[in-house]
Amino acid sequence: MTAIDSHTSLSGVSSRAASTTRLLGRLRIGPILSVVFLLFLVVAVVDPSILTHYQPLAVDPAHSLEAPSVAHWFGTDQSGRDIFARVVYGASASLSIGVIATALGMAVAVILGVIGGLGGRFVDGVISRVLEILFAFPALLLALLFVTIFGASVTSLIISVGLGSAPGYARMVRGQVIAVKNAPYVEASYVLGHSRARILRQTILPNAMRPLLVLGTLGIGQSIVWASSLSFLGLGAAPPAPEWGAMLAAGRDFISSAWWGEFFPGAMIVLVTLATTSLGRYLARRLEGRGSEA
Amino acid sequence: MTATATATATEPTRFEDDLDSDFSADFSAGATGANRRGGGWRRVARTVGTGILVLWGAATVTFIAVNAMPGNPAIAMAGGAGSHPSKALVAAVTAQYGFDKPLVIQYLMYLLQLVQGHLGFSSSQKMQVVDVIAQSIWPTLLLTGSALVLAWVIAIASSLLTVRRRRAVSSLGSGLEVLSAALPQYWLGIVLLEVFAFSLGWIPATGGTGVVGLILPALTLAIPLAGFMSQVTRDEFDAALEQPFVVSARARGMSDGGVRVRHALRHAILPGLTLSGWAIGSLISGAVIVETLFSRNGLGGALLGAVTQQDMPLTVGVTLIVALTYVIANIVVDAFYVIADPRLRSRS
Repeated sequence: MTAIDSHTSLSGVSSRAASTTRLLGRLRIGPILSVVFLLFLVVAVVDPSILTHYQPLAVDPAHSLEAPSVAHWFGTDQSGRDIFARVVYGASASLSIGVIATALGMAVAVILGVIGGLGGRFVDGVISRVLEILFAFPALLLALLFVTIFGASVTSLIISVGLGSAPGYARMVRGQVIAVKNAPYVEASYVLGHSRARILRQTILPNAMRPLLVLGTLGIGQSIVWASSLSFLGLGAAPPAPEWGAMLAAGRDFISSAWWGEFFPGAMIVLVTLATTSLGRYLARRLEGRGSEA
Repeated sequence: MTATATATATEPTRFEDDLDSDFSADFSAGATGANRRGGGWRRVARTVGTGILVLWGAATVTFIAVNAMPGNPAIAMAGGAGSHPSKALVAAVTAQYGFDKPLVIQYLMYLLQLVQGHLGFSSSQKMQVVDVIAQSIWPTLLLTGSALVLAWVIAIASSLLTVRRRRAVSSLGSGLEVLSAALPQYWLGIVLLEVFAFSLGWIPATGGTGVVGLILPALTLAIPLAGFMSQVTRDEFDAALEQPFVVSARARGMSDGGVRVRHALRHAILPGLTLSGWAIGSLISGAVIVETLFSRNGLGGALLGAVTQQDMPLTVGVTLIVALTYVIANIVVDAFYVIADPRLRSRS
């Protein structure tokens, strides 16, 4: 971290460097906490039994709807299941929904964006208009339309969230491809006699994709929020499953008497979003710094 | 964007390179006034044109959706299989929408029906879709409108008070913005309900139609949006305070607060304005969640009911209304843009 600080204070325009240093100084703790939290999640995904000795589906009617205590850190739900255990065991399902949906959205976006960015005026025009039309649909609405047609399930949840986020990414990819394709090094590649396919694969794509790394990090948190919003509305994973969104849906009926059933799964989602946002912003600044140096 | 649903912290920068877009105009242009094509009013005209295109596209997407539904679309439009429509009704709907004709004719007839305002019959609400929308649109517009105003007030206050202040104040401001932008609406709503309605008892949990009942739902929608808008305003405000005109205004003896309010603010609100057009869409998404959580009447609740009961006509109707709202909001935003930025007027 100190290496970065000295690097930025040495480079060029003073006000910019100063503001970068200030940002780093301010948020240095953020990325570290994010990584710690994400490591905790990795443990929860790989072997949840390390973190809790309760079983996520073990029913205990004698202890239903108990407030958080030493025995049950996050309290218990209406069937006496330990909420901490459910949150820990639910991590893998919820995170995979977020990751797969983001990956799907990105894949669609890259295809549309590259075709738009490299295609002729007409193709680009058509793709831009299509993206604009899709943009008029709020992502949640697109997802609802999708769920109406194909019914509520985890699969349609993932597909609808992924497709809902694609237009935003696609605009970004398209802009990047257009910016990159006119760069001198692409021209140089043409002059060297490289084939179009090779230029696309080795020169344009890697350079255009870099900002997507940041967006992807940010997008995972967002996808989890959308997916859980749909689950909260009862359109996602079915309740007994230990999945954060499904837990939110199940806890909705007990909001007034047992806030912990909604609070903790939701808090996990907030923490994931914060962690990925903080990490994404940190990555963005690192990449930006490298860009200005080059 | 997206966002909805709440959006990520970098949502605005996502489009920065996209100079051709009509709706998500370049967010960086506020301070420089460069890279904006054509005059201000031409921009408005272009938005209207794109808006018509968007509406047509929305109608097409929903047409595809209706046809992708398993089962007979005529039965779906007549109220769905669950409502057991009579043979005569199904035949009437088939004739009205031309479901017995080729797909192209169906499509044209569908568009014709939409232009005439015929949206079909809602099985979940047992009345005409047009009537459902007429009934539920005002509570939703009231909710989203007050949330937008509230978000603006919070965002501007946060920028005015915390940008370029002492380091602790600035960090606190920007930290809170990141935090609030990351809050899912359902969760924030639950926390607000728990604290203000159940624990403190200041506000009833389901406050009905009055102003008091509007406070918690509007805050629930406004806080994440404010966090997200003020991140954009903050950057722009920060850049504006570095401009030479700020130094010259200070040199003329204007107070720091005066410079902030009279000069820098005008620049800082421009990207936020563009974002507002986008925000309308995301607010309506949010309204689905907030209306469910606070048991309020509105478009969101109607839409959710339609989706869970596979009530296609109502889903299509609400979808089109949302697209229309989005288009109108963007036209209004563009007009505001011309008012807020005099540079756009002189060039046209």
